Amino acid sequence: MNILVCVKRVPDTAENEIEVRPDGTDIRREDLVYSVNEWDNYAVEEAIQIAERTGGSVTVATVGDADAEEVVRREMAMGAQQGLMLTDAAFEGSDGRGIAEILKAAVARGAYDLVLCGAQADDGAGQVGGMLAALLDWPYASLVNHIEVLEGKKLRIGREIEGGNQERSEIDLPCVLSIQTGINEPRYVGIRGIRKVASVEIPVLGAADLGLDPSRVGRAACRVRKLDYFVPPAGAGAEILQGSPEEIAARLVDLLKAKGGLK
Amino acid sequence: MAAQLFAFIPHANSRIDDTAPELAAAAERLFPGVPVTALVTGAAEGLEAAAAEATRFFPEVWKFAHADLAYPNAEILRPLLARVLPRGAVVLFTHNTLAMDLAPGLAVKLDAAYLPDVVAFEGLEGTQLRAVRQEFNGQVSTHVACDLAGGAVVTLRSGCFPAAGELSAAGRVVDRSGDVQGIAARRRFLEVVAAEVGDVDITKEEVLVSVGRGIGDKENLPVAEELAEALGAVVSCSRPVVDAKWLDKSRQVGTSGKTVKPKVYLALGISGSFQHLGGIKGNPFIVAVNKNPKAPIFQVAQVGVVADLLEFAPVLTEAVRKAR
Ligand SMILES: Cc1cc2nc3c(=O)[nH]c(=O)nc-3n(C[C@H](O)[C@H](O)[C@H](O)COP(=O)(O)OP(=O)(O)OC[C@H]3O[C@@H](n4cnc5c(N)ncnc54)[C@H](O)[C@@H]3O)c2cc1C
Ligand SMILES: Cc1cc2nc3c(=O)[nH]c(=O)nc-3n(C[C@H](O)[C@H](O)[C@H](O)COP(=O)(O)OP(=O)(O)OC[C@H]3O[C@@H](n4cnc5c(N)ncnc54)[C@H](O)[C@@H]3O)c2cc1C
Repeated sequence: MNILVCVKRVPDTAENEIEVRPDGTDIRREDLVYSVNEWDNYAVEEAIQIAERTGGSVTVATVGDADAEEVVRREMAMGAQQGLMLTDAAFEGSDGRGIAEILKAAVARGAYDLVLCGAQADDGAGQVGGMLAALLDWPYASLVNHIEVLEGKKLRIGREIEGGNQERSEIDLPCVLSIQTGINEPRYVGIRGIRKVASVEIPVLGAADLGLDPSRVGRAACRVRKLDYFVPPAGAGAEILQGSPEEIAARLVDLLKAKGGLK
Repeated sequence: MAAQLFAFIPHANSRIDDTAPELAAAAERLFPGVPVTALVTGAAEGLEAAAAEATRFFPEVWKFAHADLAYPNAEILRPLLARVLPRGAVVLFTHNTLAMDLAPGLAVKLDAAYLPDVVAFEGLEGTQLRAVRQEFNGQVSTHVACDLAGGAVVTLRSGCFPAAGELSAAGRVVDRSGDVQGIAARRRFLEVVAAEVGDVDITKEEVLVSVGRGIGDKENLPVAEELAEALGAVVSCSRPVVDAKWLDKSRQVGTSGKTVKPKVYLALGISGSFQHLGGIKGNPFIVAVNKNPKAPIFQVAQVGVVADLLEFAPVLTEAVRKAR
């Protein structure tokens, strides 16, 4: 099975405090540590495991600027055979729909049986996978936490729904799935793995290469525009306990006693 | 602007979801006085009861009955809704796992804007809807402008819009089941498998020591376990801890885990995403320990400690032991 995995380079929230720039136009990006979107890492691992079972190859694609190449390379170090950079000044400022249009054009150039996305990225939108499927007119499933390849161009899949229950269904190929975390244990990528793929050529495609009408993507095509970033005024919020750790702990013990936290 | 307004009503076990009146309230906030049509899909008695209940909040309820809709399969619902909704419609959903499946593709099929996981509306200027969303697990918010001119599919975070009261006169049900004919699903629903039951039932515990990604490593878990033992509490966790296989799924608090109702909830190294907080009910006394003073968890906790949990938790454990 030939699989395309869509990956996004995002600020790593486990590594950074996210702060808004004083003018509110963006978050402070200067000192941020970036990595591949957590969900996408699970998607790449799943694709590699499927390809190992069924044959075929895994391609990792991203829409982004030259900086995004590092995440494509990282996922290639995990075991994806090909990378694909979708880069063009015309792509800048695209909304989710624009990103999906670009990815659709990339899918159309290949011969993929399956496209995997992450369930959501840093914007918490969870939109690109479902839009891509609709643009391709392929069936779709979100929040996938189980994939089994069946005979006859079909998959049996599980979706994680409320309460951690699992909805099982059968889906026809080709299809688009968005992957939920926990579906597998993504393999570790060491510095040696990254070095191995450091000089592999990664094709870069722009709007013209993809046969994309630039008016369908980029800032001008946005139906949803980000106006500003802000931190909501702190509500009542927590009382932050001050003092030495021992003083704070003593105060907490009193509070816990009063609230029934010490049985 | 004049828009045709719709709300998709989630329901289960013959009852409409608690978020249905929130959808009605959000619609009223968006276009005051404009009647909203509820969309209710399903089969048999469950559907009849849900459609009837929806008339208490919506003046018109479109009912779609079909055996294939007994379970809400987005691959059937999407073409159905694309078929029946007028161009330019504004459609509201609850941001749940069904909407995540159904709504982004529906926006494409309707050639409408898609605005996911909205926490507030801040007014309409011409065709531009101003709304608030969150990014980075609630660490920052954004104002977004969504162009409603070509219609829009909007999903709303539950609990963010106060529930609407009941209408003075109940609405009417319109049977649109005839529209469901001839939709071939390329994804066929098989079954729902219930989440596994674990060794402890965190939903019944009064005191929980909950650990998040901030615990850093499985090897650090004893730090939380010892505190829990001293308190007579049980250890629960956020999702990344389960994803990393450090704790069992049955210990996960949140929308895709368990809903807990403790008296006291200690959150150690948990940022406070809405999916996590969605699993904490009953207004417990929340204590948050986090090294980031701006972590959103401090917005919902009563008491906060800005510290490295690996250093602070053992000190607290010691203090609790002494207090015994
Ligand atoms: C400075 C700046 C300004 C922006 N301005 C706007 C704006 O005005 N309006 C607006 O709507 N958005 C804006 N964006 C958001 C941006 O366009 C998002 O990347 C886009 O909305 C898709 O990301 P998402 O987080 O919504 O993806 P989601 O739908 O949450 O991601 C789901 C999955 O889709 C795939 N995916 C997402 N993005 C990519 C990608 N780039 N390449 C490959 N796969 C991907 C991944 O598999 C991912 O796991 C802005 C972003 C930045 C940094
Ligand atoms: C459909 C869906 C369903 C989901 N369901 C759930 C769910 O049921 N439950 C759930 O929890 N999540 C759920 N999630 C995931 C959710 O979006 C968040 O990713 C998750 O809750 C984050 O967990 P966290 O707070 O432990 O990690 P993070 O957000 O990474 O936060 C870690 C925190 O630890 C702090 N920290 C780090 N090191 C230390 C230290 N040494 N001492 C003190 N503090 C430290 C950091 O400052 C940070 O605030 C779901 C997501 C989706 C898309």
